Amino acid sequence: MAPVLRADRVSKSFGPVEVLSDVVLSLDPGEVHAVIGENGAGKSTLMRVLSGHLPPTKGGLVLDGEPVTLSGPVDAEHRGIVLIHQEILLADDLTIAQNLFLGREVRRGPFVDDAAMRRRAAEALAELGSTLAPDTLVRRLSIAERQFVQIARALLVPHRVVIFDEPTAVLTPIEADKLFAVIRRLRASGTAVLYISHRLPEVKAIADRVTVLRDGRLVATREIAGLEPIEMARLMVGRDMSKLYPEKPPLAGGDPVLAVRDARVPGFVDGVSFSLRRGEILGFGGLVGAGRTELFEGLMGLRPFSGAVEVDGRAMRFRDAAQAFAAGVAYVSEDRKGRGLLLGQSLRANLTLAALDRFTRGPIIDVGAEERALSGAIREFDIRARRPDLLASQLSGGNQQKLLLAKIMLLEPRIVIIDEPTRGVDIGTKEQIYRFIAGLSAQGRSVVVISSEMPELIGLCHRVLVMRNGGLAGEVGGADLTEDAIVFLATGVHEDDAARIAAGRSTHGAAPRAGHA
Amino acid sequence: MTDTALATAPARRWTMPDLTALSPFIALAALLLLGALVSDRFLTYDNLVNVATRSAFIAIIAVGATFVIASAGLDLSVGSMAALVAGVMIFVMNAVGAPGAATPGFLAALSGIVGTSPTGALVAGVGIALILSVLCGLANGLVVTYGRIEPFIVTLGTMGIFRALIVWLAAGGTITMRSFELREAYRPVYFGTLLGIPIPIVVFLAVALVGAVVLYKTAFGRHIVALGSNEDVARYSGVPIDRVRILAYAIQGLCVGIAVLVYVPRLGSATPTTGLLWELQAITAVVIGGTALKGGTGRIWGTVVGAVILELVANIMVLSSLVSEYLVGAVQGAIIIVAMLVQRSLQRRR
Repeated sequence: MAPVLRADRVSKSFGPVEVLSDVVLSLDPGEVHAVIGENGAGKSTLMRVLSGHLPPTKGGLVLDGEPVTLSGPVDAEHRGIVLIHQEILLADDLTIAQNLFLGREVRRGPFVDDAAMRRRAAEALAELGSTLAPDTLVRRLSIAERQFVQIARALLVPHRVVIFDEPTAVLTPIEADKLFAVIRRLRASGTAVLYISHRLPEVKAIADRVTVLRDGRLVATREIAGLEPIEMARLMVGRDMSKLYPEKPPLAGGDPVLAVRDARVPGFVDGVSFSLRRGEILGFGGLVGAGRTELFEGLMGLRPFSGAVEVDGRAMRFRDAAQAFAAGVAYVSEDRKGRGLLLGQSLRANLTLAALDRFTRGPIIDVGAEERALSGAIREFDIRARRPDLLASQLSGGNQQKLLLAKIMLLEPRIVIIDEPTRGVDIGTKEQIYRFIAGLSAQGRSVVVISSEMPELIGLCHRVLVMRNGGLAGEVGGADLTEDAIVFLATGVHEDDAARIAAGRSTHGAAPRAGHA
Repeated sequence: MTDTALATAPARRWTMPDLTALSPFIALAALLLLGALVSDRFLTYDNLVNVATRSAFIAIIAVGATFVIASAGLDLSVGSMAALVAGVMIFVMNAVGAPGAATPGFLAALSGIVGTSPTGALVAGVGIALILSVLCGLANGLVVTYGRIEPFIVTLGTMGIFRALIVWLAAGGTITMRSFELREAYRPVYFGTLLGIPIPIVVFLAVALVGAVVLYKTAFGRHIVALGSNEDVARYSGVPIDRVRILAYAIQGLCVGIAVLVYVPRLGSATPTTGLLWELQAITAVVIGGTALKGGTGRIWGTVVGAVILELVANIMVLSSLVSEYLVGAVQGAIIIVAMLVQRSLQRRR
């Protein structure tokens, strides 16, 4: 079959730096083609070239066998190339139907034809297997539902090539499964799908071919048959990745360092009790919205909270984060850009913000000490920055995460709560973060890991508590620590079914099912 | 995405200086050049010192506004606050200097403590002015913080309240310093010099210097910028955001108080039109100086230059006959819009 879109030896430079060199990629109609690579490998640049957001410096694009120059994303859309952005770009206060037709409203004379738009929106949603009502305000939707609306909006225009940019980053396994059903439907209709992801098991489940990029260069394009995630990781990183998770440090006994009884966060958490021992890595699993983040934000004094909290046997009540820090408890937010780092500020100001009182002489900040702390953090956490005077927004996701961890570790906490430690982070950085967490445990610090990635919980944690609908659904540990067990507790779905969803091991062409959510 | 390990790239390339930070200084230089071209009286020591002296009130208030705006707040009440504080200050000095039967008990007692001499009245007036201005600022800060109301709305409200209070206090007329000795004793604070420099300029430089040290060198200053940059990040980082926000408004109040101390001896009176539109001039000075209205940056020296630019424009218009001086407000208004356009285009290029 002739490829619908081909990148012909595409190179892209920013100033003197070449971020994409000589990349060849061809997309056939009716195939799902995954592009994988570490952060900074050039995935997003390639995607932006293909969708007309960036012109290539060298080489060109070939559409239906004809060389083509895209003047911009609008031109690309007219030619049937649609990019589905990672961020949600919808107007919160408009309905689903209004969002779908925003900027291309159906008119009748001088007025908008709401009835027609509602009808067509309902059709478009149904086509994606969604039962959302077109009149719902986008504000009322979950993140996953908003992403669906975003996809529906993108697919309203006639499309031949659809590019997904890490679509499952914010989805639970069940929600991701719905998305895969949409992608399979696109494939069945002859559309070419370009799929960019960090999650290798789901690439294995959904893709027909895989292209691996490393340092802006093409490493390989392979058929999916016979290509296992471990081999994909090896191609991406250029070395053996069979040992992604470090040894779990042995767990010493002793009294709990943190004991929480009957924790309640209005609207999110309803009576959760647990305890954490010295040196323990305690996982918190569950679906997005199960109340895990809110539980710990409440504990830290960042949300209304009730319940008994004991640190080292002493009753504590934190009214704000500073009080929690003083007691040796620190929290790393899952929302790196919204709650973790000041994107518009320097690395130095970000690093020392939480522990600023350790860098003052009287009221005056000791900038020299801050600079030394920054060079120390850059070395210790392997933060890769072109220059130390960059802004936090100029770092890649993985390096931002390392900076955030460095910032929290300046507080020298004894209890570290890390929410989604590796979200949006490449596999090389993942390995570093896992080693860092195991190191914390080996130093005798206690760690809580909140994660939606089940292999992470299993590979990293001594024990995993699973939350469902604001309550504790159960605990798994030791030999029982399996994906099946976690998914069963998180969803209440029958184990066989749940395991298939969790691992993304759905068989191709499986009939799309109504969601379990 | 093109990150190279820091350790392997020690070479520091020459980087483009930050034009947003430099633009007010470039504009100042351009205005000085323009002024020199249109009038030979412009580049005289007396004229330039006069311009700097006249810009002192707005500059001092704008230093405070830089703190509020850097923390992503806004204070529209500064002009009314200045009028109220000036009126109360004169009222207090009159009452303390010459207590009579109608003097409120509190002020009569104060008069007993500090004495009825001009110095005593001055001490009482200055003390009350500073306390009142900080209280006004605190009121703004407390309502914004604990009422969780937009600063625009809160200070729009207090702007009206403060203005009405001075009109009421002056019974619609003028509050004037009655005692001749007092006026003579206070006069040098506006008309005097220190080492040949007019005192308002000394005060304004001192306020700017202290402001710069607090904003750039202290943990509090860092917290202001963090709060303005992203409130959630500041909160999650353990920054005491309520206290920082309230203090920003209190600093604004204190700066208004200091400006009033320098302003009162100039005319010796306060009227319902005192300080009219100062809030707009202060905000204009801050914005011309390169501080973004959305918060997260604060440029004290830019603000100071911004205040001087506003006064320079008026001065050049008076000295030259190019444009009617009645249009000063229009030109100043145009400047804030042009300043925003320049900032925007500079940011886009980065």
